[in-house]
Amino acid sequence: MYKILDKKILNPTVVQLWIEAPLVASKAKPGQFIILRVDQTGERIPLTVAGVDKTRGAVKIIYQVVGATTEKLSHKEAGEYLQDFVGPLGVATHLDGLKKVCIVGGGVGCAIALPIAEALHDMGADVTSIIGFRNKDLLILEDEFKACSNTLRVMTDDGSYGERGNVTAPLREMLEAGEKFDMIITIGPLIMMKFVVATAKPHGTPVTVSMNPIMIDGTGMCGGCRLTLHRNGERITKFACVDGPDFNGYEIDFDEAMSRGRMYGEFERHAHDATCNLFKGEVR
Amino acid sequence: MAKANMSLTRNVMPTQDASVRAHNFDEVALGYSEEQAIDEAARCLNCKNMPCVDGCPVKIHIPEFISKIKEGDFEGAYQIINRSSSLPAVCGRVCPQETQCESKCVRGIKGESVGIGRLERFVADWHNTFASDAPVRPESNGHRVAVVGSGPSGLTCAGDLAKKGYEVTVFEALHTAGGVLVYGIPEFRLPKKIVAKEVDTLVALGVEIQTNVVIGKTLTVDELFEMGYEAVFIGSGAGLPNFMGILGEGLNGVYSANEFLTRSNLMKSYLSDSDTPIMKGGKVAVVGGGNVAMDAARTALRLGAEKVYIVYRRSMDELPARREEVEHAEEEGIEFRLLCNPTEIVGYHNPDDLRDPKNGFVTGMKCVRMELGEPDAKGRRRPVEIPNSEFEIEVDTVIMSIGTSPNPLIKSTTEGLEVNSRGGIIVNEDGLTSRRAVYAGGDAVTGAATVISAMGAGKVAAKAIDVALSK
Repeated sequence: MYKILDKKILNPTVVQLWIEAPLVASKAKPGQFIILRVDQTGERIPLTVAGVDKTRGAVKIIYQVVGATTEKLSHKEAGEYLQDFVGPLGVATHLDGLKKVCIVGGGVGCAIALPIAEALHDMGADVTSIIGFRNKDLLILEDEFKACSNTLRVMTDDGSYGERGNVTAPLREMLEAGEKFDMIITIGPLIMMKFVVATAKPHGTPVTVSMNPIMIDGTGMCGGCRLTLHRNGERITKFACVDGPDFNGYEIDFDEAMSRGRMYGEFERHAHDATCNLFKGEVR
Repeated sequence: MAKANMSLTRNVMPTQDASVRAHNFDEVALGYSEEQAIDEAARCLNCKNMPCVDGCPVKIHIPEFISKIKEGDFEGAYQIINRSSSLPAVCGRVCPQETQCESKCVRGIKGESVGIGRLERFVADWHNTFASDAPVRPESNGHRVAVVGSGPSGLTCAGDLAKKGYEVTVFEALHTAGGVLVYGIPEFRLPKKIVAKEVDTLVALGVEIQTNVVIGKTLTVDELFEMGYEAVFIGSGAGLPNFMGILGEGLNGVYSANEFLTRSNLMKSYLSDSDTPIMKGGKVAVVGGGNVAMDAARTALRLGAEKVYIVYRRSMDELPARREEVEHAEEEGIEFRLLCNPTEIVGYHNPDDLRDPKNGFVTGMKCVRMELGEPDAKGRRRPVEIPNSEFEIEVDTVIMSIGTSPNPLIKSTTEGLEVNSRGGIIVNEDGLTSRRAVYAGGDAVTGAATVISAMGAGKVAAKAIDVALSK
């Protein structure tokens, strides 16, 4: 069992937890993920590591409440325990040699982008961060990004905070103005990452995308997390859990990945409703 | 001694009726009664040269344990098996006996061989039900050994070493110990309480089991030595599932057998209180002809599929699955589409409504008919496509069960660990790898094989580790 050391509500649907897991904390690097199970009958879900505290032997996770499991997780309080917590899994983001990087984060993906931005900042790299949210209420981690970015652009879809528009708007503007990034690292909804790649393409800037497909074991056994890559005219299959989660954005078949992400959509909606009703019942 | 039973046929294994069991996850084979076991044991001729023992990868003293059954001394029989095998309740159920011990049985020359596997299962179940002696934890010899993976090879290696007084820690990546016995083989073929009991026995012997530790990620092999372990056994199992590389394998409804079985077996998605989803019902095609394919097909059936096909490119005679599993599958109504090879998986696409929830889901599988040509290097006749024989079968789910490729996690983090061209860890006859004090066995070495051969490898390595550390 793995203890929840503290809990913080970052916005109405995004929660931050510190979990006591010394072995994971001693190893985890930016870009890697963990798999957790809330309870005995729970499903295994992957979440990217949002930070580590080696002195406390703790791992930070930040998640959005979207389905039954994240709903259950959001009802766990500090001092309570998670059934299972395993990691760090996947390959850490390759940062060696990067001097000027643009980080593009969308929504809860910003939580995963932050430790990468911080690591780059600590390495002495020039960091431009573009973070986007639907609206002001959903904004997270602005101060943290400010602290590690040479340039920060905050975008909201409705203009209720920062600038109005998508994250691709300032990216296009910068690239067209002649900014040369060694790498664009983007983490967020698949559709956003797809458009970040499309925006970067005319300028030939390399793009690393962080994929988050459905997973079960996370150790290279089940193949559920497979992605199709297009490389030199060939279709190749890669597994996000052991080959990723980072990939060359130009190779990813985003349309297939988006379709695969919807595989259990209906099941998840029902499960989420059932879980919500369960918790409502307890409150009553 | 009672007179030999000269019946040409063996005692029939009682099973759940096919029409009933196709809708539940309870065990299919129910096991011999004491009377049936004694009657079957009496068919053994107690041959002096014991050909059956030669066919057993762990060399169980088969005629000897069967003699004890004849005498009604079932616990005595168990003790004889226990000298060679640490998982008899498992092996009695999942070993391919017809190609091992039973294939060598003299009674099989004219008639059916003795039901050795069934007798092994009977003895193990009898012991688990009636024997009360708790395993005694031996005094520690002060040596520490790490075992990577809690599947058949790891459990066997850990058990053999623990019995000799070694302090053994087993590191398991998943949240439950048992490896393929838990995530791969379904409840209806191997009840999970049997696996749990075997694991409990090891714990009682003093073996420590740490779940949620991925060697190669959470800890490396080198770190295990730094932690004070004097030897490491790698039994990490087979790896990433293979796909055919045909169009449509990224569609929703296409699974690897590993994923489908893990969802059902490990994550219990066949039970109503599990949070893990799985596609149920509809028409299902399982591609492949091994035991894993049979398990996936029969699981799909039990999850409520209206039709399940096994699609295999060779013919019935070449099916690599255990004969009994094929027979059970046929009885349950699984349809075998033999000499058939998939060429493309077809999906639904509504160009007018990109939000149509059916978009991206499987609707069918295109196949081509095959015929058997010249034998290949292994002597198996090679399947050859028949030109212009394409056809499509209507399915909602496709399960690819065509083998696995080695997992890169341990190899990539263990410097000096040599692997062969297929990625299997290279070992010598003692199970020793290219790294000092690092041993390996099971599917991590051989690629996908059987539970019993993995157990055999675990035993060999345990013996070698004992010799090395006793010096």
